[in-house]
Amino acid sequence: MARYGMVIDVKKCVGCYNCFLTCRDEFAGNDYPGYSAAQPMSGGNWLKVNEIERGRYPHVKVDYVPVTCAQCEEAACLTLDQTGAVYRRPDGIVMIDPEKAKGNKDLVNTCPYRRIEWNEELQVAQKCTFCAHLLDAGEPEPRCVESCPSGALVFGDLDDPASEVAKLVAAGATEVLRPEFAMGDKVTYANLPKKFVAGTVVYGDVDEVAADLEVVLGEVAGSRITKTNGFGDFEFEGLADNADCTVKIEAPGYKAVTLSAKTSRDIYLGEIVLEK
Amino acid sequence: MSEQEFINCCIGGMVKVTVKDGVITRMRPLRLTEEDGGHWTIEAKGKKFSDPRKTTINPFNIAERMRVYSENRIKYPMKRKNFDPKGERHPELRGKDEYVRISWDEALDLVAGEIKRIQGTYGKAAVTAFVSSHHNYGLLYYKMGPMPRFYNILGYTQLLDNPDSWEGWHWGSMHTWGWYWRFGQCDNFDMLAEALKNTEQVIYWSVDPNTTAGGYGGQETIIWREWLRELGISGIFIDPYCNATAAHMADKWLAPRPGTDAALAEAIAYQWIVDDTYDHWFIENRTVHFDEWKAYILGETDGVPKSPDWAAPICDLPAHTIRAVAREWASKKSMLACGSQYGTAGACRNSYATEWASLMIHLIAMQGIGKEGVNIWGGTAHGAPLDMSFKSAGYSDVGWDVFGLVAKQPTFPDRNPVTQKVYRILLPEAILDGHIEWLGEGFCVQYPTQQFKPMQYPEPGPNGAEIRMIHRHGGSFISTMTDTSKWVRMYQSPKLEFVVMQDCHWQSETRFGDVILPASTNFEHEDISEWAQPGGYGNGNVNCNHRILMYQQKCIEPLWESKPDYQIYCELADRLGFLEEYTEGNSEEDWIRKVFDYTDLPKHISYEEFKKKGYFVVPSLPEDYKPTVSNRWYYEGRPVDTPDRFNPLQGTDKATQLATPSGKIEFVRTILQEHFPDDDERPPMPRYIPLYEGHESKGVVEKYPLQLMTPHAKFSYHTHQDNKILWLNDIPQHRIVKDGYAYWPMRMNPADAEARGIKDGDIVMVYNDRAKVLGVALVTERCRPGLVHSYQAAAKYDPLEPGAAGSIDRGGCVNLLSHSRMTSQNAYGEANMSFLVEVRKWEA
Repeated sequence: MARYGMVIDVKKCVGCYNCFLTCRDEFAGNDYPGYSAAQPMSGGNWLKVNEIERGRYPHVKVDYVPVTCAQCEEAACLTLDQTGAVYRRPDGIVMIDPEKAKGNKDLVNTCPYRRIEWNEELQVAQKCTFCAHLLDAGEPEPRCVESCPSGALVFGDLDDPASEVAKLVAAGATEVLRPEFAMGDKVTYANLPKKFVAGTVVYGDVDEVAADLEVVLGEVAGSRITKTNGFGDFEFEGLADNADCTVKIEAPGYKAVTLSAKTSRDIYLGEIVLEK
Repeated sequence: MSEQEFINCCIGGMVKVTVKDGVITRMRPLRLTEEDGGHWTIEAKGKKFSDPRKTTINPFNIAERMRVYSENRIKYPMKRKNFDPKGERHPELRGKDEYVRISWDEALDLVAGEIKRIQGTYGKAAVTAFVSSHHNYGLLYYKMGPMPRFYNILGYTQLLDNPDSWEGWHWGSMHTWGWYWRFGQCDNFDMLAEALKNTEQVIYWSVDPNTTAGGYGGQETIIWREWLRELGISGIFIDPYCNATAAHMADKWLAPRPGTDAALAEAIAYQWIVDDTYDHWFIENRTVHFDEWKAYILGETDGVPKSPDWAAPICDLPAHTIRAVAREWASKKSMLACGSQYGTAGACRNSYATEWASLMIHLIAMQGIGKEGVNIWGGTAHGAPLDMSFKSAGYSDVGWDVFGLVAKQPTFPDRNPVTQKVYRILLPEAILDGHIEWLGEGFCVQYPTQQFKPMQYPEPGPNGAEIRMIHRHGGSFISTMTDTSKWVRMYQSPKLEFVVMQDCHWQSETRFGDVILPASTNFEHEDISEWAQPGGYGNGNVNCNHRILMYQQKCIEPLWESKPDYQIYCELADRLGFLEEYTEGNSEEDWIRKVFDYTDLPKHISYEEFKKKGYFVVPSLPEDYKPTVSNRWYYEGRPVDTPDRFNPLQGTDKATQLATPSGKIEFVRTILQEHFPDDDERPPMPRYIPLYEGHESKGVVEKYPLQLMTPHAKFSYHTHQDNKILWLNDIPQHRIVKDGYAYWPMRMNPADAEARGIKDGDIVMVYNDRAKVLGVALVTERCRPGLVHSYQAAAKYDPLEPGAAGSIDRGGCVNLLSHSRMTSQNAYGEANMSFLVEVRKWEA
C-alpha cells in the first residue's frame, strides 16, 4: 500500500493559483459520496496560496506558499476527535466522514494549521482529501498537482524510493511549515522563504558598480562569502529570522565598509558607496 | 448518474470537460498517451528537456465552468423598457434603463426589422457591427466567424480594428526592418532549443510572459523559463513594475519611469559605442544608416550625447546601473525578449512607442541578431520543436471571414457592398462629431505604406452614410480602449437609433443595448480549431508544447434561452432573405467537416475518429529535421528558410533580404523619410520623445504627479473572465473584497501611499480631469516610486450614478482615465499604457 505525500517546491511556484482554483473546480458543488460532501460554491479554501513579498524597491521578489492539509502522521484532528468522524485510510490520507462529522464544528479547532473549514451550508467540517476519490479511480495525482504548470507540486508514494516525491524527501532539502507542531506532516516544502540580506556596491569616485567583489556576511551561524554580480549586487539568501548580521566589503584602495542588519524582514541595504 | 467527458478549447488552453447529468462539473488538462505521439527532446548543456505529457490550462480557464454558469450570463432575449421602436426611443436612458424579457421571435423580428428600416432609409452604410477579441475560442465561432460573414453579405460599415496590442511595432519597427505581414515583429521558430543550447542571458523588456503567454497557450511555456533557470541562463527584467515573471525569477530588475524606455535604449547604445562592444560586421553588412544614427547617439549632431548620465534623470535610474546593464548585455550571448505575440501591449502602447520599438531593433542589430544565441525571442513564448509543415487553419488566415477558408464564395474582402469604414478607437468621435479622419486600414499587414492611407468617415460621395445602428457582439471596450467615458456618451447619442447587444454575458457595454440577444458559450455548440493558432499575421505563433487540433465537442445544451451565434445569424439571415447565401446549405457540422478536409488531418485520422476522440496531436518532427532558427538566415546571408508562410520574399530573388527598401535593417527609416520627412513625433531616425502625458508634462504633472500603467492582466483575458468567475475575487492580485464589494487593485509604492495617508487595503479614488475610478490600494514595493499600476481587464463598469458618463466608477475600469491621443500624429494607435493621475483615500 502506498503512503501518499506531497512536496511543494516554492522556488518553482509561479503564483498562478491553478491549484487553488482547481480545488474549487473539483469540489465546489460536487459531492463525492463516501469521500466528501460538496464544498460551498464559493469561499472554500482547502488549498490556499500565501503570497510573500520580499525586499524593497528595487530589490524585490515574491514567493508563493500553497498550504493545504498536511495529512499528518500524528494528526491532531484524528487524535482529538472523539466521534470517530476522522479516520486514516491505509494509504495514510486523513479523511473526515461527512456524515459522521455533521454538526461537529469543534473539529475545525483541532488543526493547529487551521486547515479544516466549516461548511456553514451543510454544517460539516471539511478539508483536503488528496482527491482520494480520484486516486481510488486510478488517477495518479490530485487535481492541484495535475494542474500545476511548473512542476512545483510533486505527489506520490513516500515509501517508494523510486518516486519523485520520495527522492525529494530523501535529498534532505525539505521541511515542514511549523516543525514545532511535530505532527509528521506529509506535505513538506522545498525552498521555503527565509530571509535575505542584499545590497548594491558602487565605487563612489568613478560612479561605477563594483562587480566581482567579495562580500562577507557574518552571523552567529558562521560567516558566508559571496561576490557581487555585474550590477554590483550581492545577496545572501536563506538566512534565519531575526539574525544579527554584519556585511563587510573591502576593495583595494577603498575604505572598508561594515554594515549591520537584523533579519526581522528581508533586508536590502540599498546602494553601498565605497569611497577612497 | 451519467458522466461523460468532452474535449473543448478555451481562450487559455484546451480542456477535458466532465459532464454529469447534463451539467459541467469540471475542467481539466489532458494527459497525452503514448499513442498521441508528438514527443520531442532537446539536449542542452548536458541536460535533456522533453515535452511535458500533460497540457496546461490558464487559471481563468480552470475555473471556466463558473463562467459558463455565471449569474452574469444573459439568459433571455430582452428589450429596453423605455425603447419603443414605433415611438419614443429614449436613447438618453441607455445605460440606466430597465429591461423586459421578450421572445426570440420578437427580438429577431425587431433586429431584422431595424436593419431593414435603417438600411432602407439611410443606406447600407448606416449599420456597423463589431466584436471584441478572444471571447469564445473556436475557428468558426471566433470574432472573424459568423458575425463578419453575415455582415459582409448584408453590407455594412466595417469597423477597422486599430492594431491594439502591437502599436509601436506596427507603426514603428515595421519601417526599421520590415516584417509588415507580422505587424513589424519577426517570427520565432525553433527558439526554445536555440535559447537552451546557446543563450546565456535573456533581457525581458516590458514583457511578462508568466502573465500574458497564458492567453491562448495555457501555461505551456512556464516550464521553459524554469528550464532557463535550471541552466543558469540569467534574466534581466526592464519594467516599471516588478511584474509576475520578474518577481518570480529576475536576476535583475530595472524600473525606468513609464515611457522612458527609448531613452534607456539610446543610453545602452551609447555605452556599446564608447566601449566598442557591438557587432561591426553585422552593422556593415546587414544594416544601413548606422553612422548617421551613431552621430546622433554620440551627440555629434545636436550636442547632446545620449549617454547613461543623460538618460539617468530621465529614466530615474542610476547612470552606473545603465552602464552595467549595457555591459552585462554585451558580455553575454543574449536574447531580447520583447515584442512578438506575448511581448505585445506593454511599452509598445505608450505615446511615441514607435521610437522604443524601432530602438529595440537597433539594439539587437548592434549585437548581431541571428548569430548563435543572439536573437529577439518574443515573450520567450514561441518556438518549441514542432512540425510547422502540418497544414491547419487559424482565424486570421482569411481576414474577416474565417468561413471563407472553405466556403464556395468567401465574403472577404470584396463581398461587402459597402466601402465605407470606421475606425474602432475613434468610433465614439465618429458618432458624436459626425466626422473623423485617420490613417491606415486597420490591421495593415499587406504592405508597409498601407498604414499611411488617408481615411475618412463618412465616406465622401453617395456611398457614405452616418452610422445609425450598432450591432455589438461579444465583449466590452470600456475597460480596454482609451478615455472610455466617450463610449458611454456615444451610446446615448440620439443619432444611434438602434443598438443591439449579442453576448454570452452582461458586459459593461451590454447595458447600453436596446435589444439584447443571449449567445451561448463554446461549450454549448461544436467547433473545430487548433490550440493557440492565430494563423495569418501570427502564423506559426503556437505557444504550446504540442500542436493539437481539436474537434471542440458540444458538452451541454445551450443554457437558459441562449443560442449559438451562428444560429442567431442564420435566423437573422433568414428574416432578411439571404440564409442560403449565408450557409451555402451547410449545417454547423458541415462547415466543421469542410475545415477538417482543408487541413492535413485526413492524412492521419478519419473524420469520425477525430470527432469522437476530440483531438489530434501533430506528429513529431522527423529525426533528421534541421532547425530553422528565426533570423539565422539573415545573419548568414542565406535565403529565408523559416516556415513563415506569408513572407512575400520567400522563393524570390530577394529571399536573403528583409522587407525594407534597402533589404536591410534601417537605422534611419527611409520609408518615413519619404512619406513623413518632417514628422517630429515619428522622425525618420528614431529617438526618445517624452510621453505626451508623462513626468515631463508641465502643467499637468503638478496636478497629477503619478503615472498609471495599465498592462494586460493574468486572471482575465481582457474583460472575458472578470465579473463572471467570482472565484477570481479571492485572488488578491485580481480583486480585493472590502466591505462586501470586490474592488480592483490599485498598486502603489509605499512612499507614495504614505505621502497621501493611504494604507494597504484602503479604498482609494484614482482620478484626473477625465475620470474618477475607485479601487483598493495594494501597497507594494513592486511599484517603482511615482507609479500606480492597475490592469486593463476590469469587466465591471459600475458608475455610482448609472448612465452618467462622468460618474465615479466603482468597478475598476482604469481606461476611463486614459487619454484619447493617438500614438503620434501620423500613427493612429492607442497610447493608453501610461498616463497621469492622482490618488486619494476615498471617503464616501
